[in-house]
Amino acid sequence: MLEIDNLSHVYGGGTPNEHHAIDGLNLSVAEGELLCIVGPSGCGKSTLLRSIAGLIQPTGGQVKVEGEVVRQTPDNLAVVFQDYSRSLFPWMSVADNVALPLRRKNMDKKQRREAAAEALESVGLENAGRKYPFQLSGGMQQRVAIARALAYRPTLMLMDEPFGSVDAQTREDLEDLVLQVRGHHQMTIVLITHDIDESVYVGDRVVVLSKAPANVVGDLKVDLPAPRDQITTREHSDFVHLRAEVGRLVRGHATV
Amino acid sequence: MSSQTLPRVRPASSATRWYRRAAGALAFAALIELLSRTGLADPEFLPPASEIVGRAVLLLLDPAFRGHALTSLLAWAIGLSIAALLAVPLGLLLGSVPVVDAAMRSVVEFLRPIPSVALIPLVALVIGTGLQHRVALVVYASLWPLLYNTMYGLRGVDPLAKESLRAYGFGPLAVLLRVSLPASAPFIATGLRLAAGVALILTVSTEIVAGRGEGIGVFVFFAGIAVPARMTDILAGVFWVGLFGVAVNALLVAAERRAFRWHHAQWGERP
Repeated sequence: MLEIDNLSHVYGGGTPNEHHAIDGLNLSVAEGELLCIVGPSGCGKSTLLRSIAGLIQPTGGQVKVEGEVVRQTPDNLAVVFQDYSRSLFPWMSVADNVALPLRRKNMDKKQRREAAAEALESVGLENAGRKYPFQLSGGMQQRVAIARALAYRPTLMLMDEPFGSVDAQTREDLEDLVLQVRGHHQMTIVLITHDIDESVYVGDRVVVLSKAPANVVGDLKVDLPAPRDQITTREHSDFVHLRAEVGRLVRGHATV
Repeated sequence: MSSQTLPRVRPASSATRWYRRAAGALAFAALIELLSRTGLADPEFLPPASEIVGRAVLLLLDPAFRGHALTSLLAWAIGLSIAALLAVPLGLLLGSVPVVDAAMRSVVEFLRPIPSVALIPLVALVIGTGLQHRVALVVYASLWPLLYNTMYGLRGVDPLAKESLRAYGFGPLAVLLRVSLPASAPFIATGLRLAAGVALILTVSTEIVAGRGEGIGVFVFFAGIAVPARMTDILAGVFWVGLFGVAVNALLVAAERRAFRWHHAQWGERP
């Protein structure tokens, strides 16, 4: 599904401010997998995500999505950013926000509106379509951003610290929302986070990145029983063991 | 000290604000009335406010004056519309293509400081003193606030908003029209409001300098060269120009409030 081959990215190459964000990173993600990428702040996670999405051209190596080298944004890819208040368009109603990307698909106005309504329903916002983003709480706005991604029916959904700007309760709700919607849609999800517990709770697999320049320092399979539950999963002995393992890797005390 | 302990000044309600404005205008009129009636100011040069307003109302019944007013209104509206149709696309181009911006910058910086009023005689020589004269000068003068506000608005567009659309595979033109343009719309609207005022100034000054044909400025010009000068007519004409300016401004402010509720909400202002 997703193949990252010897990926490197240097900002300001040749200048005194040269910054190596990623250095020779290899990673492959299978179809239908929910991969969490976790790493210390400023380790190049967002650069990695932008390279996958074709928003920046990496200075070295390549990214392949569904077998094709990414040169511009691949079709059937959706991104959910951390900052929902900046990523939603404040001048449009919620329904229009969700329907806008569908202009890229061969859909008429009616189909777009129906798809948007359906996506809003799947995130529990069936009555918010006519509202404007600023009339919604932060958690609801992020649900809108997720609905916008779902309506697009991506085969690959990238999420860049999607729950970093909401309170703890909302965060747990949104984590469960992601687990729930992935059951209904056939898609591969790459979720970037700096929250160790979250990566283990949500992911099928957790990849730990080093400090910049980013490289893979750990790759763990998460074999927790489904469906996951905020209380019982988090007290499961495998969960406790895994989060400790990931924690050590993130802090650089690798034992694997 | 937290902001909660600070006394919060409650914004006045809309009705209260209108009362205050009306009171200010009435006080100003009363001052003119007083200066004129007591002889502190020569009534030849400053007729009482009641006479100015009375004459202004009577002028409305005069078909000749209505013709002057309509001619000015037409020049103002055509000039402002052309300026908007030129400046907004040009601003979008300059604001989004750095190469064009760099190439045009010196020309723009050269033209901008030239006072448009100084061009009135020059343009008259080239294209004559009809409607085209007024329209040309109105376009030139009201271009700048529109152009600069469009460019300024574009510069402030959140890169993440653009990236959000780009991530769904939209190209640069779609991002410009679907994200950058609506995001800068509040700034462009402010530019339009500034331009509307500038256009009014240019319409009337061009008419006064040209001194022929029709237009409120022409009416004022002839009232001024009459012997003795018809001061009440001059001020009555000015009264209508001023009132029109205030009305247009109020209309545009109200339209902005309605259309850009999202903008005010985002910046924590009262909608």
